[in-house]
Amino acid sequence: MRELRIHGRGGQGSVTAAELIAVAAFEGGVFAQAFPAFGVERRGAPVQAFVRFDDKIIRKRSQVYEPDYIIVQDSTLIKDVNVFQGVKKGGIVIVNTEKIPDYKVPEGVKLITIDATTIALKAIGLPITNTSLMGAFAAATGEIKFSALENALNHRFPKDLAIKNIEAARQAYNIVKGAA
Amino acid sequence: MMEITEGSHAVAEAVRLCRPQVISAYPITPQTHIVEALAEMVANCQLDAEYITVENEFSALSACIGASAAGSRTYSATTSQGLALMFEVCFNAAGMRLPIVMSIANRALGAPLSIWNDQQDSISLRDSGWLQFYAEDNQEATDLHFLAYRVAEDHSILLPAFVCFDGFILSHTYEPIDMISQEDVDRFLPKFSPYERLDAADPISFGMYATPEYYHEFRYEMDRVLKQSKAIIQKTGKEFSRMFGRDYSAMVEGYRLEDAETAIVALGSICGTTKDAIDEMREEDKKVGLLKIRVFRPFPTEDVAKALAHVKNVAVLDKNISLGAKGALALEIKDALYSSGIPVKDYIIGLGGRDVRKKDIKAIVALVEKDQGDIFYGLRREVL
Repeated sequence: MRELRIHGRGGQGSVTAAELIAVAAFEGGVFAQAFPAFGVERRGAPVQAFVRFDDKIIRKRSQVYEPDYIIVQDSTLIKDVNVFQGVKKGGIVIVNTEKIPDYKVPEGVKLITIDATTIALKAIGLPITNTSLMGAFAAATGEIKFSALENALNHRFPKDLAIKNIEAARQAYNIVKGAA
Repeated sequence: MMEITEGSHAVAEAVRLCRPQVISAYPITPQTHIVEALAEMVANCQLDAEYITVENEFSALSACIGASAAGSRTYSATTSQGLALMFEVCFNAAGMRLPIVMSIANRALGAPLSIWNDQQDSISLRDSGWLQFYAEDNQEATDLHFLAYRVAEDHSILLPAFVCFDGFILSHTYEPIDMISQEDVDRFLPKFSPYERLDAADPISFGMYATPEYYHEFRYEMDRVLKQSKAIIQKTGKEFSRMFGRDYSAMVEGYRLEDAETAIVALGSICGTTKDAIDEMREEDKKVGLLKIRVFRPFPTEDVAKALAHVKNVAVLDKNISLGAKGALALEIKDALYSSGIPVKDYIIGLGGRDVRKKDIKAIVALVEKDQGDIFYGLRREVL
């Protein structure tokens, strides 16, 4: 079983990201489970959402403490929340930032930074970074195919919004693929 | 067809397939997504039902009582404080023998306010005469709605039913579901045929006054019928498994229990994490198994006694507490095993959304094997 933990702030679409990643993973033929860290929904407050991937039915219901993958939607969280806690050796951390990191991920963990905010502002016109980060996740981990992500976005959003979000996801996907 | 969807939406879809004629509910976290989805289905003509909007939960279930008495298949959903507000109406629905089905997205009760999961809400209604089903996952949560209507509406039963599934933990989780087609649901669940109904041309009364000469017998009849419903649940569950392959013929379900020395007993979604913990303990040659209780009312006392007859220790996980006594499930298990002499220990766990992990299950197994229990597990002593 592989596990993903998404850190964001209320309003950034962390829960939607978890759901759509699970939908895309399921299209790819694996069992997936997505759920939020059940909190009181407030804009700007730190939130978490989780995804599990497995070849068999997923029965475990506890939150994710030792993730294989972490997505950080907002790098300002790093000073407030121990976002890297429990990440497995060999794991992958994706951080949305335009800055050079002044923090360290645990040893043996790969850090990928991407300026998802700029991508989102250009492609969508809003600083909503979740779809760019889904694209980066697809490229970095191979857990989901880009085409499956595209289908999930088309299914969830109205057409014009889907096109913009797919574009944001594609740009991030290409940047991470190109860097690999 | 397998699809991946949110638990609440899967439940709403299952309810749509049951073709309720009247729905009345009041939104409350974490039940909201179910009733939002149903309201949308009614508005979009995907479901031919009357959706009665009301000012609170007391009215919601009261509207269902009226509609059910008039001969409609009715549905509601609630949780926590909403269910508490329905307390009186729940007893009335059962006393009038109206087969209403209501989903409970289980949540803790205030005060202090908590929106998070435990099972105190439905457990607190255990004496109301409603059947109570508990789901381990969202597949079971959807399937149990088909089963609940069939059993509730059976003319030898005629009692309302809760389908309980853990709030957030199941209601807000996306996972794959095999949804049954409308055609198949129609084959399994025929049109509602009321035993008695309100009819202006042939007037009758429901829920009238009962003097001491009659009331005692009314309660006896409800108890007798609830106990009798065990056979109907098993028969209907068997029919469901023949048609759709998922077996709900037993009210309790063992997992690696055949040769277990220590048995864990639990209700609801905690069973999934427990199964994973058991698999890991089995790899360390620990003889541990699970007895999952799918039906809490009627309580399958004989099935529990039979399933646990061979074990040395029993650890009961209770996501509720009958304050001043024990967890409600532990009391039932102790009753079922009384004459066997098998020691039963209770562990109050996961109240108000406290996360339950595999390591907690393993710690509880270690405790019960040392004969330590009847405790609130995992107390944060530093805040006491």
